[in-house]
Amino acid sequence: MKPAQFGYLRPDTLAEAIGLLKECPQDARVMAGGQSLGPMLNLRLVQPRHVIDISRLGELCDSSMSGDTLAIGACITHAQIEDGKITDVTRGLLAQVAKGIAYRAVRNRGTVGGSLAHADPAADWLTTMIALDASLELAGANGRSRVKVAKFVTGAMETTIEAAELLTCVLVPRLSTSARWGYAKYARKPGDFAESMAIAVVDPDRASSRVVLGRRSEPPALMQASSQVLAGKPTEPLTEKLGAAIELDLSSVRADQADWTMHRAIVLRAIRTLR
Amino acid sequence: MKAVTICVNGERISRSVDDRLSLADFLREHCLLTGTHIGCEHGVCGACTLMMNGQPVRSCITLAAAADGRDVRTVEGYEGDALMQAIRKAFNLRHALQCGFCTPGMLATAYDILSRIPDLDRERIRSELAGNLCRCTGYLSIITAIEDVHAQGIARKGSSA
Repeated sequence: MKPAQFGYLRPDTLAEAIGLLKECPQDARVMAGGQSLGPMLNLRLVQPRHVIDISRLGELCDSSMSGDTLAIGACITHAQIEDGKITDVTRGLLAQVAKGIAYRAVRNRGTVGGSLAHADPAADWLTTMIALDASLELAGANGRSRVKVAKFVTGAMETTIEAAELLTCVLVPRLSTSARWGYAKYARKPGDFAESMAIAVVDPDRASSRVVLGRRSEPPALMQASSQVLAGKPTEPLTEKLGAAIELDLSSVRADQADWTMHRAIVLRAIRTLR
Repeated sequence: MKAVTICVNGERISRSVDDRLSLADFLREHCLLTGTHIGCEHGVCGACTLMMNGQPVRSCITLAAAADGRDVRTVEGYEGDALMQAIRKAFNLRHALQCGFCTPGMLATAYDILSRIPDLDRERIRSELAGNLCRCTGYLSIITAIEDVHAQGIARKGSSA
């Protein structure tokens, strides 16, 4: 289908973009790569009066290191991450995840910030960034603020972002050299949204260990008990204790029997592939 | 309405377009380049895939207004391009198309796969093609055609759009 009528705006500066959002917060949608918003517009699932294209704002298209934190501009594309165009602070995890997102033609346009702000629970970056304990920088009329990705997402496609705020960058802490990660994803076909995905990041030098489960209907779940077990015994992950911990974590995940079995298998696979 | 200037197959084209117009409709209706096919119109089938600034994109979910100032190369724009010639020949020899609806998108994706990935094998071609749907061929002939071109070793220097 064709989208309903809207006005296309392409501000030249971040301040101008925030100004536009402030003027028409209720009926404007921000477009970065447009790989989620584009289909939603075409299907008329959304019918905003204005579409604000932020994809050419220079500040959002860059990445930089500050101390041990990598700031990835919101408009950095999945393909740029796949191709190693940003500093690798995650021992290859981000590139691996990027490679598994949709298809190359989508990765060439889709952006990390757009994906996180859209907050589709099945999208890969939410689960990944929560596993990495990443934060987001938001810019609004009253300045900038930071929020952990885990706190930012409040539900399926629900976030704490204000109508006149823009997500400017993703702040990813550098993993230490002894850190290991594991990644598993199940989708019906390559490039499809994950039915289930899990990421485990074990970083003993930073006293951090996180196992996160992503799925279709709800925001990613931090697997607390499993994370704790992995923090204790990083070299022997597949103990009985871990099996019990995964089951305990999954007991609070709403899913039918088949999905529950799938999630358990995916979490186990992510942990088995820790490297 | 928005004034846009888009370089289409080497020619700068300036038009005033509806804000909501897709790049695919811009090409088909304003430039009369109907080789870009619109299938699902929400970014799933891959039929409308073409090159923008040398990279494959979905033209049905790219706005014409957002393509302002960009270089676009459609299936009509590969005259004298050695890599595309080889791909087309292989598609012909391997019967990699039947109805032809998916073919422009397949050709753009094949062009990208062959020029971007040096260590191609059959499995990689399969997964890279996952975003282009074909309802006729069963894909095997398309994969084989791309494999053939890769084996010819002419891929790495395709001029970008």
